[in-house]
Amino acid sequence: MAVQAITTTLGEAPQPRRQRLLEDERWLAFFLIVPTMVLLGMFIAYPFVRGILLSVTNSRVGVPGDFVGLANFHKIWNDSIFRTSVYNTFLYTGVTTVFKLSLGLWLAMLLNRNFKGKAFTRAFILLPFIIPTVLSTFAWKWMFDPTFSVLNWLLFHVGAITGRINWMGDPDLAMISIIIVNIWRGVPFFAISLLAGLQTISPELNEAAAIDGAKPWQRFWHVTWPLLLPVTMVVVLFSVIQTFADFQIVYVMTGGGPANATHLFATYAYQIGIGTGLLSEGAAISLAMFPVLLLVVVFQLLYIRRVETR
Amino acid sequence: MGQVVLKDINKFYDAVHAVIDVNLQIRDKEFVVFVGPSGCGKTTTLRMIAGLEAISSGDISIDGTVVNNLAPMDRDIAMVFQNYALYPHMSVYDNMAFGLKMRKFARPEIKKRVNEAADILGIGDLLKRKPRQLSGGQRQRVALGRAIVRHPRVFLFDEPLSNLDAKLRVQMRVELKKLHLRLGTTAVYVTHDQVEAMTLGDRVVVMKDGLVQQVGEPLDLYNQPANKFVAGFIGSPAMNFSTVTMADGNGRLTAKNSGFELEVPAAHGDRLRGHVGREVTIGIRPEDLHVATDADPVGLTFPSKVEVVEQLGSEILLDVRAGTDMMVAAVDPTVRAKVDEQLRLAVNPARIHFFDAKTEAAI
Repeated sequence: MAVQAITTTLGEAPQPRRQRLLEDERWLAFFLIVPTMVLLGMFIAYPFVRGILLSVTNSRVGVPGDFVGLANFHKIWNDSIFRTSVYNTFLYTGVTTVFKLSLGLWLAMLLNRNFKGKAFTRAFILLPFIIPTVLSTFAWKWMFDPTFSVLNWLLFHVGAITGRINWMGDPDLAMISIIIVNIWRGVPFFAISLLAGLQTISPELNEAAAIDGAKPWQRFWHVTWPLLLPVTMVVVLFSVIQTFADFQIVYVMTGGGPANATHLFATYAYQIGIGTGLLSEGAAISLAMFPVLLLVVVFQLLYIRRVETR
Repeated sequence: MGQVVLKDINKFYDAVHAVIDVNLQIRDKEFVVFVGPSGCGKTTTLRMIAGLEAISSGDISIDGTVVNNLAPMDRDIAMVFQNYALYPHMSVYDNMAFGLKMRKFARPEIKKRVNEAADILGIGDLLKRKPRQLSGGQRQRVALGRAIVRHPRVFLFDEPLSNLDAKLRVQMRVELKKLHLRLGTTAVYVTHDQVEAMTLGDRVVVMKDGLVQQVGEPLDLYNQPANKFVAGFIGSPAMNFSTVTMADGNGRLTAKNSGFELEVPAAHGDRLRGHVGREVTIGIRPEDLHVATDADPVGLTFPSKVEVVEQLGSEILLDVRAGTDMMVAAVDPTVRAKVDEQLRLAVNPARIHFFDAKTEAAI
């Protein structure tokens, strides 16, 4: 009797419909996830799909264009500048990643030690990463300037060279220049991330290894490196993706020159798509990056999972 | 062999004098325990023996060789860490084999030694697992195993049982003792737990504020503490202290304060005569108090009021007030005492301790 009475009172005061919906966990989850889905949809999914649609048309600035199938892809396949860009992108990513990882790891190991002014140095190391890339790249552009290069001045005064080095005028030197700038900019990210990883490794493990008879190099190889590997893989993954799609440094330093010798995927896509107005072809060039990046991501995520579960 | 000698060892961390003039001879096969509150310098001393911490002055020698400047790996010691310090990415087998691999032992010898140690410790079926798949007690065994396989001259233990739950700790304590009897390797053990120190140590070193307070066999520390700190640190529940004034009544010494007046046993008389008219600290262990009967001389009893009764089963702890002092008495479990009850307690006269009120040294 009493139970019945209570249920009746509850039934008599129905909650508003909206409130009842939010009480249901499935609906609540849906509402909470909507803002993220809208943002991702607007800024990632829509441009991506639009890019694919664009790449199979012959649209130009001001001309919507018609469906042309894979003609754009066929065209860039036979484009020698595109081929150079592909080669450059792989070279640029490969060389810089190796240097950024080794220099970053070395810096991280140094910063992980105890010394006076540790906090200051750690903050200082981050500077290249904090300064807007375009600004710092402009500074580098001056340092590599054929006439005003401070590097040439320095090398000349220590007697290493007798004439000017035309950093940006020579295709190989221009490539080396942008690689140097990318390494300079990327090392802090590696150093600080790897330092964070190093700090999660208990110093007792290294002490135990020292007592176990491992020399410093063996302690690094058998203890520190395997424990740092998951962090390293994540850092490398991020860096590879960013470097592969890099734009700012090349655009500011060389603009893809001399004679289109330093183009990467992104700068070449920009030059064709926006510079020349061939939107569809530019989209096709950007999309050509996608399969490579997808492979890198899948491979590395699988590897990270394997390391973490073993 | 495994003889360790510490001679005038000091350690400074900038302005902090962490370890002060430690002198100690650890004999071969001996189990020596460093005990003291946190920050007393015991772990620092152990790490200096291990070579993980540089010594500021003094000499450490192992089997007659000064090892001050030798790297940890060249001292032929093995250490068990508080958090075990097992290599998380290696299997139990590899954890135990690591030290031998680094020392370039042949594969069959490594296998033999690891299996031998695993048998001793009962972890033979865990060899393929990773440390995170093990319980705390199992990890502790692996850490021990890693030390055993090396057949070092000295084992160093840094609070190895403090991460285990109470029951497991007691069990591992017994196993450590057995292991030491079986292997006979010199062991230096650091703990803040006086029960571990008493039960494990052949000799115990009590430290406080970087200074060695007393070195001795466990029962010597318990029966003849060198000062008030050792007296209060060793033994559980802790010794009762109260401040008394020594008085001479017709040739018989008495110790008197607001709560009681005790006759000082003749055996103590000579040493205390010089303190007549002055304050001294009297120390009585809870187990040396009992409920007074007619058989107890009146001069060795005093009145008290029961404030808390703690039933432990094997004994009863009475928290009593005597004058202004609170005292704990461990009495026979048959005693039926009630809170607020007035109770007369008697002291075992042979077991009263006296300490200088100023220097705190035993009188």
